[in-house]
Amino acid sequence: MMRMLNLIKIAYRSLNRNKFRSFLTMLGIIIGVASVIAMLAIGQGSKKNIQDSVESLGSNTIILIPGAISQGGVHLEAGSSNSLKRQDADAIMARCQLVQYVSPVVYKGAQVVAGSQNWRTVVYGVLNDYFNIRNLAIIDGISFSTMDERAAAKVCVIGQTVRTKLFGVYENPLGQVIRINTIPFKIIGVLDKKGQNSFGQDQDDVIIAPFSTVQKRMLSTTNVNNIMASAISQELIVDATDEITRLIRERHKLAPFEEDDFIVRSQQDIANIFGAVSKVLTILLASIASISLLVGGIGIMNIMLVSVTERTREIGIRLAVGAKSRDILFQFMIESVFMSFMGGLLGISVGILVSVLVAKVGGWPVDVTLFSVVLSFGFSSFVGLFFGWYPARKASKLNPIEALRYE
Amino acid sequence: MGDVELRALDGVTIDISKGDFVAVMGASGSGKSTFMNIIGCLDKPTSGEYFIENENALHLTENALAELRNKKIGFIFQSFNILTRTTAIENVELPLLYDHRVSSKERRQRAFEALKSVGLEHKVNSLPNQLSGGQQQRVAIARALVNNPLIIMADEPTGNLDSKTSIEIMQLFQELNKKGITIVMVTHETDIAGFALSTIVFKDGKIILNEKLDHQKDAEAELRNYPTTTKTIG
Ligand SMILES: Nc1ncnc2c1ncn2[C@@H]1O[C@H](COP(=O)(O)OP(=O)(O)OP(=O)(O)O)[C@@H](O)[C@H]1O
Ligand SMILES: [Mg+2]
Repeated sequence: MMRMLNLIKIAYRSLNRNKFRSFLTMLGIIIGVASVIAMLAIGQGSKKNIQDSVESLGSNTIILIPGAISQGGVHLEAGSSNSLKRQDADAIMARCQLVQYVSPVVYKGAQVVAGSQNWRTVVYGVLNDYFNIRNLAIIDGISFSTMDERAAAKVCVIGQTVRTKLFGVYENPLGQVIRINTIPFKIIGVLDKKGQNSFGQDQDDVIIAPFSTVQKRMLSTTNVNNIMASAISQELIVDATDEITRLIRERHKLAPFEEDDFIVRSQQDIANIFGAVSKVLTILLASIASISLLVGGIGIMNIMLVSVTERTREIGIRLAVGAKSRDILFQFMIESVFMSFMGGLLGISVGILVSVLVAKVGGWPVDVTLFSVVLSFGFSSFVGLFFGWYPARKASKLNPIEALRYE
Repeated sequence: MGDVELRALDGVTIDISKGDFVAVMGASGSGKSTFMNIIGCLDKPTSGEYFIENENALHLTENALAELRNKKIGFIFQSFNILTRTTAIENVELPLLYDHRVSSKERRQRAFEALKSVGLEHKVNSLPNQLSGGQQQRVAIARALVNNPLIIMADEPTGNLDSKTSIEIMQLFQELNKKGITIVMVTHETDIAGFALSTIVFKDGKIILNEKLDHQKDAEAELRNYPTTTKTIG
């Protein structure tokens, strides 16, 4: 124990004597560890963010979009066919027992004018259930009624962004009339703030109006862009998806050998897809960062090898006054482990700092996990041991008399 | 040109008894340092035997030899061989750092005492490049003393010192010798050799003379008679 303590003291003194060189050596490890931490934090952060925004769709959500039209075996983009109609949504409501809410969805970009202000946004035409499916809350006013839907009433609910762009923060928008693509609509409600989703989309930049109003007055088609539904519980989401698929296939009169002419995705499916993508992203970022850690380790080995040669005489002196070969081995091992250890600690601090900066300045979501700290710290210490061993062994194998003669 | 076999030492047989003070003399290249390295357990002869305290040093492991150098031998080199960028006291502490029975407090204390005995108590925290050659040599001597060795091997300890300091070092050696420490010292100066108890002379790797001196000079007495003011010559 005492011996180890003395060796630590010796190693510390010799690192201290070459402060700048020790720091430069550590720099490789610092950068390596810091980038591992920061990369994992960014990867983890975006994963969490994607999960959050997929969940903000509503946790039991199922979405149906028209399938690709295939022309002579060539598939076009999903959503390009005209397969889904409002009647499909009504049928799901009437016949699927595992489905709680359903709403057909149509949308269209629109120019909105209120007095002297104008703004470009998207108008959604939906049924009342849509608010439940998407977890949208109305903080001011009310939602539209079945009466409004039946009458294709020119009423709407606006998002926070639209509200501020058209009315500022202080003016009360309720009851005001705005022109959407020149058609006058009365504002009956204001949505609560939802923020951006992970695709950078402002979820508050919307206007929501009754389905029939948008379809009849603004669009000239009976097709819907998609149908959103929610299962009665999260556990039943797979069964609900199957139930919907069977019903729509039957309605579309598809023979067993024919492919679906629509696509059904549950919120879980979407979460899984993005989860997998961000996992790949995280692994990629982390492996790039690990390479810099490895380079840092090689840097340590390089410096230690130079240092062994440069300090041959010193080693000779130590051997002459009674250092054993393993004392020399340990001294050099301690030096390299100490450097990677300190480099690891500093790297963690720098990594966390960088992550916080990325979050603050870049607005990127970051999440520093304990796992990434432990991982990179463990790895950097291992790097010190691994790359320190060879130079240390070389030093310990020196012959005292030859080492003393070394110029 | 082929390799020519050079015998730095050839057929050397010598018995140094405990408590002796041997002056080793001989021309440059005669094998003195090689001899010192072997009995200081730093080097091994190609063939032959060497017993230290009745143990055959050639049969000892590297670790046992290191232990021996650490506990029983103090080595003073011809070229000081002290660590650069390391203070005087840290240099002197060095052998004790490899002796884990010595606490750090005791280590400091003993290193300071050793520096004091060579008259460097005011240079404790100086770096080698802030010291004169003679002072550096004295740091090396202090380092050789600090482990209370049984044998001191000194390869020209006074080579870089003025004559008064040389006699002071001899006084120190004689004191240590009286305490029972065996000293083997290489020197070129007959004057300095006179402070020893016996002399051996090397020539071309062979011992050509090994004699006990009938009269040992007393360094303390010499110092007392040393002129306090020196006339400038020239
Ligand atoms: N590493 C070596 N390789 C080859 N020859 C050597 C080596 N070291 C010493 N020698 C030779 O061995 C002989 C003895 O050298 P040594 O250093 O023992 O001399 P010395 O008596 O100490 O001389 P000096 O008084 O100059 O210090 C010399 O001829 C020298 O050239
Ligand atoms: Mg010599």
